[in-house]
Amino acid sequence: MILSKLLTELDWRGRVFLLALAAAAVIVPVLNLAIPEGSALNVPTYAVSLLGKYLCYALLAVALDLVWGYCGILSLGHGAFFALGGYAMGMYLMRQIGTRGVYANPILPDFMVFLNWKELPLTWWGFQSFPYAMLMALVVPGLLAFVFGWFAFRSRVTGVYLSIITQAMTYALLLAFFRNDMGFGGNNGLTDFKDILGFNIQAQATRVALYVATVIALALGYLVARAMVTSSYGKVLIAIRDAESRARFLGYRVERYKLVAFTASACMAGVAGALYVPQVGIINPSEFAAANSIEAVIWVAVGGRGTLVGAALGAVLVNWAKTWLTGAFPEIWLYGLGALFIVVTLYLPKGIVGALSEWSARRQDRLASSAAAEAGVGPQPAGAE
Amino acid sequence: MSSVTNPELTQSILYLDGVSVSFDGFRALNSLSMVIGHGEMRAIIGPNGAGKTTMMDVITGKTRPDEGDVLFDGKVDLTALDEASIAELGIGRKFQKPTVFESHTVDDNILLAMKGPRSAGSSLFGWRNRVRDDEKDQVLETVGLKDHRRRLAADLSHGQKQWLEIGMLLAQDPKLLLVDEPVAGMTDAETEQTAELLAAIAKTHAVVVVEHDMHFVRALGCKVTCLHEGSVLAEGAIDQVSTNDRVVEVYLGR
Ligand SMILES: Nc1ncnc2c1ncn2[C@@H]1O[C@H](COP(=O)(O)OP(=O)(O)OP(=O)(O)O)[C@@H](O)[C@H]1O
Ligand SMILES: [Mg+2]
Repeated sequence: MILSKLLTELDWRGRVFLLALAAAAVIVPVLNLAIPEGSALNVPTYAVSLLGKYLCYALLAVALDLVWGYCGILSLGHGAFFALGGYAMGMYLMRQIGTRGVYANPILPDFMVFLNWKELPLTWWGFQSFPYAMLMALVVPGLLAFVFGWFAFRSRVTGVYLSIITQAMTYALLLAFFRNDMGFGGNNGLTDFKDILGFNIQAQATRVALYVATVIALALGYLVARAMVTSSYGKVLIAIRDAESRARFLGYRVERYKLVAFTASACMAGVAGALYVPQVGIINPSEFAAANSIEAVIWVAVGGRGTLVGAALGAVLVNWAKTWLTGAFPEIWLYGLGALFIVVTLYLPKGIVGALSEWSARRQDRLASSAAAEAGVGPQPAGAE
Repeated sequence: MSSVTNPELTQSILYLDGVSVSFDGFRALNSLSMVIGHGEMRAIIGPNGAGKTTMMDVITGKTRPDEGDVLFDGKVDLTALDEASIAELGIGRKFQKPTVFESHTVDDNILLAMKGPRSAGSSLFGWRNRVRDDEKDQVLETVGLKDHRRRLAADLSHGQKQWLEIGMLLAQDPKLLLVDEPVAGMTDAETEQTAELLAAIAKTHAVVVVEHDMHFVRALGCKVTCLHEGSVLAEGAIDQVSTNDRVVEVYLGR
């Protein structure tokens, strides 16, 4: 019921976006499974997973846009929430390996046997259960965001200072996860996964299913974010972004509003990470790298901050360009990304989707005013100037 | 704290006694004492840096005083509360620089200010949609922005933004309004309209107005307090204060 209400209230941008996702959920699997390999129309399985990976990034971008675009919180640490969700999934996948590992230990993952550990650490308990692992993919990033936000927002850390401490957070996690004694596979991370929910993770059908699950997660994530930003809550969020002290003196507890958005966003990023890991086949501490979080900000800026759809579009476009450029000209990729960011901030400050909406709004204005002129009605005089 | 039987205290909406605030050793407020009665309108004048805005910061919980009492309604100690709680008690504030929610429409600016629950939890379930339209219309009518309700606040003129912010205060329906320089940057006609607007508001609310424009202060026709270097220099009727030698010397005579 809520869903149908949401769908009827969607703007054209949202409808186009969901239609595109629905199409992607049907067409890509059909082109992969039904069209024989070698045919020009066939989408190879590796490409399905690649697209799935882009869509995970798109979900991360939507999560980031929720806090940056609508509440002005420029998080440079969202990669950490993504990576934590990824580790939760990775831990489940590790425990599914069981006796098929090199050391054939039914309980302990290989790296623990290698480190001479005798027992499974407490942090790994329960991860043989898929529902538990998925719960953790939501709860762990959410809890970290909640605790972090609790202190940061209460102390009224804002702007560039907040951005810096989010970077510090992801960097601290990077260092922690590098350590072998943390028990998360250290430098090498978690890999060599065998199956998920009993299905071979390399199998074509599994890959397609993971891809479809990602499309669905992105659509749901978008709908949740959209419901939040169009509710009364979202209005307050935007108010806080525009004039934080005005909101405070109107009686809004700004820190709580921020905390809700930040925590929800982190949970969403965690889901994105959890879907990412089985499709790329590995999770290691480099996912916590500061550069990852910064790249995510660039996707949102390119696509259009504060539009949700734009964030997702930006993530897919930039990553598609990245794949292409790193293949064609590996040396210049980074310069390309930098140049893109500069071009966008200078010429498309509202990103691709923002620029498109402005253009269509202007067109409508022109149409309206020419229609008014034909009818002999001048524009309304502006009020006291 | 002063005795509870003090009539000045019990009959006041706002009571400041011996309030001092220092910024890095500089005394912005220096043992400031002032009493605003229920339903009273008061104009505050004084040179730049006299501490007028700082006084509002103290009342609204933005700045904690180093010493002194700040009591609301004769009993509530404002120095122990944060901005949101003070707003909830019924104190509204207009900033010196007009501050509205630029990417919201005029309508939504008023909507967000309307009295009602403020928690993040209830907002997720849409309480703002239950605000009564006629109350909103009333406010827009009062501040003369009814024809502009669909426009973005960012597109309003400077004077209209000032009015919108006053409208937001009205929507909040506080017991006490603190209005910092409402006519700065307004034309004479706008200034006059604003004086009328504030006088109308003062019929049902206590209002404290900070202003430099002496014509405007005169038009308000209320008691005037002149601040200087963080404390009260003179207080009384406008003619009394504006002819006070010290006031002329430090402020009006410049
Ligand atoms: N947060 C702050 N940190 C340091 N100094 C401050 C701060 N706020 C105010 N001051 C100083 O306190 C003094 C009083 O400032 P205040 O803004 O209250 O003056 P005002 O009477 O409102 O002046 P104006 O008419 O120019 O608005 C000024 O000298 C100002 O520089
Ligand atoms: Mg001031």
